[in-house]
Amino acid sequence: MSDVRSDYVRPVDFKRGRVDMTHGAGGRAMAQLIAELFVHEFDNDWLRAQNDSACMEVPAGRMVMATDSHVVSPLFFPGGDIGSLSVHGTINDVAMSGAKPLYLAATFVLEEGFALADLKRIVVSMAAASRAAGVPIVTGDTKVVEKGKGDGVFITTTGVGMVPDGVDIGGDRACPGDAIIVSGSIGDHGVAIMSLRENLSFETGIESDTAALHGLVAAMVASVPGIHCLRDPTRGGLATTLNEIAAQSRCGMVVRERDVPVKAQVNAACEFLGLDPLYVANEGKLVAIVPQAQALHLLSTMRAHPLGRDAALIGEVVEDPLHFVQLETSFGGRRNVDWLTGEQLPRIC
Amino acid sequence: MKYIDEFRDGALARRLAAAIAREADPTRNYSLMEFCGGHTHAISRYGIKDLLPANVHMIHGPGCPVCVLPVGRIDNAIELAGRPGLILATYADTMRVPASNGLSLLKAKARGADIRMVYSSADAVRIARDNPHREVVFFAIGFETTTPATAVAIKEAATLGLGNFSVFCNHVLTPAAIANILESPEVRELGTVPLDGFIGPAHVSTVIGSQPYEYFSEEYRRPVVIAGFEPLDVMQAILMLIRQLNDGRAEVENEFTRAVTREGNAKAKALVADFFELRRSFEWRGLGEVPYSALRIKEKYRSFDAEARYGLEYRSVPDNKACECGAILRGVKKPTDCKVFGTVCTPENPIGSCMVSSEGACAAHYTYGRFKGVPVTAAAAP
Repeated sequence: MSDVRSDYVRPVDFKRGRVDMTHGAGGRAMAQLIAELFVHEFDNDWLRAQNDSACMEVPAGRMVMATDSHVVSPLFFPGGDIGSLSVHGTINDVAMSGAKPLYLAATFVLEEGFALADLKRIVVSMAAASRAAGVPIVTGDTKVVEKGKGDGVFITTTGVGMVPDGVDIGGDRACPGDAIIVSGSIGDHGVAIMSLRENLSFETGIESDTAALHGLVAAMVASVPGIHCLRDPTRGGLATTLNEIAAQSRCGMVVRERDVPVKAQVNAACEFLGLDPLYVANEGKLVAIVPQAQALHLLSTMRAHPLGRDAALIGEVVEDPLHFVQLETSFGGRRNVDWLTGEQLPRIC
Repeated sequence: MKYIDEFRDGALARRLAAAIAREADPTRNYSLMEFCGGHTHAISRYGIKDLLPANVHMIHGPGCPVCVLPVGRIDNAIELAGRPGLILATYADTMRVPASNGLSLLKAKARGADIRMVYSSADAVRIARDNPHREVVFFAIGFETTTPATAVAIKEAATLGLGNFSVFCNHVLTPAAIANILESPEVRELGTVPLDGFIGPAHVSTVIGSQPYEYFSEEYRRPVVIAGFEPLDVMQAILMLIRQLNDGRAEVENEFTRAVTREGNAKAKALVADFFELRRSFEWRGLGEVPYSALRIKEKYRSFDAEARYGLEYRSVPDNKACECGAILRGVKKPTDCKVFGTVCTPENPIGSCMVSSEGACAAHYTYGRFKGVPVTAAAAP
């Protein structure tokens, strides 16, 4: 008679194992992966209930919802990985309405053959990011595609949050005369990713700025509830975000180049890659547009928060029927800061 | 940033601007052509025009490698990329250049062609090494600056014995293009394009040196000042040209002494001479067929020449009728003289090549300068 316990199940091999088609087939292998990895790491009552959906109590008021897919390459980069990025990205999208993010959902599209060790590393990082942010991942889904039909792992996260009373933030609310504030140095994430790309690889001490900004936003809306716009300048960078807001709010903007914070290393990398830091992606920065009278108060609130230490007043909203964003160059001239044309760098987030 | 910020100093720029304004003779005009797209880009990006007096006119030249590439050559590249199993490696700038039948390399890629964007010719060799069972063609474009890098790639492929690597060579020559502009009827006879002097190329001159321009100063009596690509370089060169014109001199002067010598880079020139020879004629967008203006791969390296290897036949294709790229590249027209500029033709949907590369006159003006002449509220005025 065997001495193996009748209820023994061989655990998932997170050292040498690889994703295969059964991990997404709905059978035992999938259930085991969910239990031993996702439920184990994300660890909360909603997931432990093992229902197809999560059921939550919600307060009355205005709810926001945002979703974001993450396809970054490479999956691991200085300062973060696709896991932490996927948590921060959606929390930030929710927070940019001034809301307090409450819950997240996560969907994984895995490629057959992907190392389970890498998957575990990503999920552990997601769980840490979610715990640190205080926003639990309450439901999820896993699918597997054949080898060659994906690139390791794609993660989609969706988040919901509640907007505090008295806060009304939107991209269409910028008014001529408003001040434009950025929460810190720009271009760090894009340069960190680029430094690892196989056909570029260069050495830099720059790390991705990936971070959840809802704590900073909470402090900002508590101190200045009348903020007009908030947005995180991810793909397309600061230039694209300002153009989006200018178009939505039907106004123009004038930015002073010498006041825009850019780290020397980011500037140097952009110089030799032929890029403009204004267009390089960020994952832990925000742009705030606020009535001029409250700008300095908001700036000091931001600088008191660790994620807004280097916040800077970079320009003003102006009247302009053509909705141009213009830059006063340090050199002394003036130029347009146009929409990004084409693609500066694919799969940055 | 060390060694960069020094050349973008705003206070120094204002001093240079004051000197230009002081020395420029108000009773005459100065029409200066910056040959290179790199200078066009710097002038637009830093708003240099704002710092010049109204009688100093900058005319954009044809020195943008993507802009001067004729449609037929892009068609050839697309034809290559369409061959089953072939990988076409290209600089990213060429991806969006419009070709025949509404195609571009970007659209060909979306339809399944294996086109890889590379930052250097060495990346193309690496792709060939990593894919020994596939044919890899490097789409080589550019002036004298990028030619040595292509030579190095062929040399490396030969050393590695890569039988699957070849080069579709489209390298062109700067002096031939300058001569063509000076010989054009608009400049020589009609006088419709006043051309008082040239800002000479920066990077091209690091390779070929300043000596090849001496012919233009002697034969055509036009001053040439070779300048770096930083905004202060450009302003200093403008001041030097104005001084030459005021003195009635027509000399080759070198503002870019930190990188350019009279003889240039002997090693790079020897390498180029080893692998390439002159073509009898080559079509340029805007300039048409220009004799002895481009290079092809020498017979002894024929196996690395994609044109020979795949039997490519060149077919000249006229530009879109509404497009003024040709006249703009010759300095005869400005981007805003073109009817489709900024309407049908934008960087997202370029009709002509000048709207594609950031060095193109149209793209530079569209991206950085199209607010000029548009009234903005007092708050935005400098």
